[in-house]
Amino acid sequence: MSVKDATHKTAKNKMQAHRSRKRWRTLLTPLMAIVTALILGAIVIAVTDISVYEAFQQGVGAGLLRVVEVVATAYGAFFSGAFGNPARMVRGLSIWITTGDGRAWVQSLYPITETLRYATPLIFAGLAVALGFRGGLFNIGAEGQYFIAGLTTVFVGYALTGVPWFIHAPLALLAGILGGALWGVIPGYLKAKTGAHEVINTIMLNYIAFRFAEFMLDVGGPMARGDGRPVSPLVQPSARLAQFFPSNPDIRFNIGFILALLAAVFVYWLLFKTTVGYEIRTVGQNPRAAKYAGMSVARTIVLTMALSGGLAGLAASTDILGVIGFMPNAFSSGYGFDAIALALLGNSHPFGVVLASLLFGALQAGARNMQAIARVPLDLTDILQGLIIIFIAAPAIIRALYRLRPAEGGEEVVMTRGWGQM
Amino acid sequence: MPPVLELKGITKRFPGVLANDHIDLTLEEGKVLALLGENGAGKSTLMNILYGLYKPDEGEIFVRGKKADIHGPGDAIALGIGMVHQHFMLVPVLTVTENVMLGMESIKHKLFLDREVAARRIHAISEQYGLDVDPYALVGDLPVGIQQRVEIIKLLYRQADILILDEPTAVLTPQEVRGLFQVIRSLLAKGKSIIFISHKLKEVLEISDNIVVLRGGRVAGTALPQESNERSLASLMVGREVILTVAKEKAQPKEPVLEVENLTVKGEGAHIAVRDVSFSVRAGEIVGVAGVQGNGQTELVESLTGLRPPQSGVVRILGKDVTHASPRVITEAGTAHVPEDRQRDGLVLSYPIADNLILNTYYLPPIAKGMLMQEAVIQQHAERLVAEYDVRTPSVMTSAGSLSGGNQQKVIVARELSRPGKLVVAAQPTRGLDVGSIEYIHSQLIRKRDEGAGVLVVSAELDEILSLADRIIVMFEGRIMDIVPIEKATREDLGLLMAGVHPDEHSADGAAIKEAA
Repeated sequence: MSVKDATHKTAKNKMQAHRSRKRWRTLLTPLMAIVTALILGAIVIAVTDISVYEAFQQGVGAGLLRVVEVVATAYGAFFSGAFGNPARMVRGLSIWITTGDGRAWVQSLYPITETLRYATPLIFAGLAVALGFRGGLFNIGAEGQYFIAGLTTVFVGYALTGVPWFIHAPLALLAGILGGALWGVIPGYLKAKTGAHEVINTIMLNYIAFRFAEFMLDVGGPMARGDGRPVSPLVQPSARLAQFFPSNPDIRFNIGFILALLAAVFVYWLLFKTTVGYEIRTVGQNPRAAKYAGMSVARTIVLTMALSGGLAGLAASTDILGVIGFMPNAFSSGYGFDAIALALLGNSHPFGVVLASLLFGALQAGARNMQAIARVPLDLTDILQGLIIIFIAAPAIIRALYRLRPAEGGEEVVMTRGWGQM
Repeated sequence: MPPVLELKGITKRFPGVLANDHIDLTLEEGKVLALLGENGAGKSTLMNILYGLYKPDEGEIFVRGKKADIHGPGDAIALGIGMVHQHFMLVPVLTVTENVMLGMESIKHKLFLDREVAARRIHAISEQYGLDVDPYALVGDLPVGIQQRVEIIKLLYRQADILILDEPTAVLTPQEVRGLFQVIRSLLAKGKSIIFISHKLKEVLEISDNIVVLRGGRVAGTALPQESNERSLASLMVGREVILTVAKEKAQPKEPVLEVENLTVKGEGAHIAVRDVSFSVRAGEIVGVAGVQGNGQTELVESLTGLRPPQSGVVRILGKDVTHASPRVITEAGTAHVPEDRQRDGLVLSYPIADNLILNTYYLPPIAKGMLMQEAVIQQHAERLVAEYDVRTPSVMTSAGSLSGGNQQKVIVARELSRPGKLVVAAQPTRGLDVGSIEYIHSQLIRKRDEGAGVLVVSAELDEILSLADRIIVMFEGRIMDIVPIEKATREDLGLLMAGVHPDEHSADGAAIKEAA
């Protein structure tokens, strides 16, 4: 190794060490926000459980014991619903090893695969919004982009026949990217050319997308299945995404999750390692400096919205091609809106979004089990999600609570700007 | 009689920094105490302590001989201490009255604001001190100089008699500075006492009764204006001898690098900001653009650098027509641009210094290979420039926003002047900077000239123009009043030209100047 290479290396190491220290500090606030939300959630569980009141009538000690029991049961059910029951996993594994029958083992993995399956579209949608934030754009239109992408994906998925899977599935995914990108470019172009605020335009385009999808899929609509239900035809098997456990139809965990992780790596690479990402971030941080530096602010805005829309589109594509197999009329899952929360929670960093999506996926998967076993309503998930977001959005609360020092400097991600400002 | 204000042994430590080290100050009634020091000398910390925003680790404050405990701005105001911050704390969409009332509103019928009562008091204050402020004007419509007076009225309205003015002249035109000094004198005549924070030596010498120079958190020395001069103050401030007059050889101008013909540019709104302007800048010379701020200089620079398309006319750089070219084409033609507003245009404050140093070369090899940014190259490039251009920073990964103004400007100067190029356009290159940084940036501009570049310097400071330029363009209301070679330039003539008057209309020997132009 030459001397020059060595200095190269140390320079790079120094840079990385600095960045990783900063990353740890930015992780601390979201972590404490989650912990705080879980504590408050426990209080909600205890307060809304009638048996707790009954126990308190017998004495404070009995009451407190009951509180612990109730919360432990609920969160226990939540945990096994989100990550699986360790005992069952061990048992399944030993059956597989001794008898060669892996079915029990696979079944014991169901909870964790559900978490990952829920997380998949959330990652795509969260990346879409996070990328927009980095570029100084508040894309509230992920939901609409998701709908349009659903239509384009499902159309390519069912209308195209006689094509091998390695062409059909990628084509259907591509159709989703293009559909979402188209729906993102419209507000992007309007912003770049006229300064019209993307928040308004993406919201309006959401409604257009909802109604358009309704029209296409309603009974008798151009894309309706024709069996009297407002849904699209089933996509061809050749367009379906590969399943990890095709033997077990309960488990719908598919390679869409891998694609989501790849998308996160791609967004990270694009934002922080390429000139395009430098342009997006500079326009997001200081559009006047971007113009001064010779960047085309308008082109960058349009590109950012196209990429953002394309990512939102992939949320729909992987859902349809990997899980549902068709597009229902009432398709809305609120991903586009959860995505805003995810981008915030993940500090608009691609890997942060992945972690946040895994958390939300676990909340979704765990809540169902919690409802079934501990009879805690599903809505607790919404409460937990809401609390986490509040604490993330108001980090001062968390910092005051745990006496954390504010993270200094760093790239403050601009959420959005006023009308007409670029 | 005890002094109005006395600070004894004020000490303030921040993690790793001793911001104030046993500082003593005395302010006498009806006097101006100037607090002089470079950025980072501890002026702001000291004033924030006085205003109750920081708590001193050691030391005592006496107001009119009585020991004072100041725990917040409320206490300070109650003691009659008021501060005008460098960045005004005004709400532009409210009227002068509403701004002044803010925080101590007069109320009628228990529910409604009584603007009339407040407006009458403001009017009375304005008359008394010769401030000439309309209580019903919208603050956003007022020029900066008048906005500053609104800030002063806010203090007087709260019956402050110790006024702290933090860098009050940094944002003012020479005329507005004169107005401010008149206001200060009338305040003194009415028994008010003033702490005047600045790093502009000339102004300090003119207005103050006493001067305290801070350096590195300590009192480096005290001086009386009648016994000091700019040079002695500057060396106290910087801690070494400072060359105030820029040493430079006579210019050796060669071929033109920038040619401007009949350029007309529209400003914000519809008004014509630059009218039919023609001039050239040749290799190896510095051309200064003098003029009171707001006479078209900003728009001229923006149109030369591609940020504002001109209405008509031609701009050529090295013979190439760039009239309607984009900023990138103009940069690639070899133009360096030090923008007027460094924080708004010249830097991405949240980015590390390293990323700011590649702002307009980020896409070129070796910074990028294809579309891949080369982190190690960017890092080394930054290390080299930070050392070469004397940017004081703990690391190249420090965000630009956490640097002092002087170091931020050095980052921009490093980025722009380190690129090979034949034309430098520098707008207000030293505005708001301390003496050390000004000296350094001037020397870099002259180095660039001596290396054969043409340099266009726009400045509102006549001193800067006079010490740097080889030829001087004076702009007034968007027009070029005259182009004067440095040998023929006098402060008086330039002042008249800046005010829109040709000296030959005043004196007989004006003909010589006109001929030379």
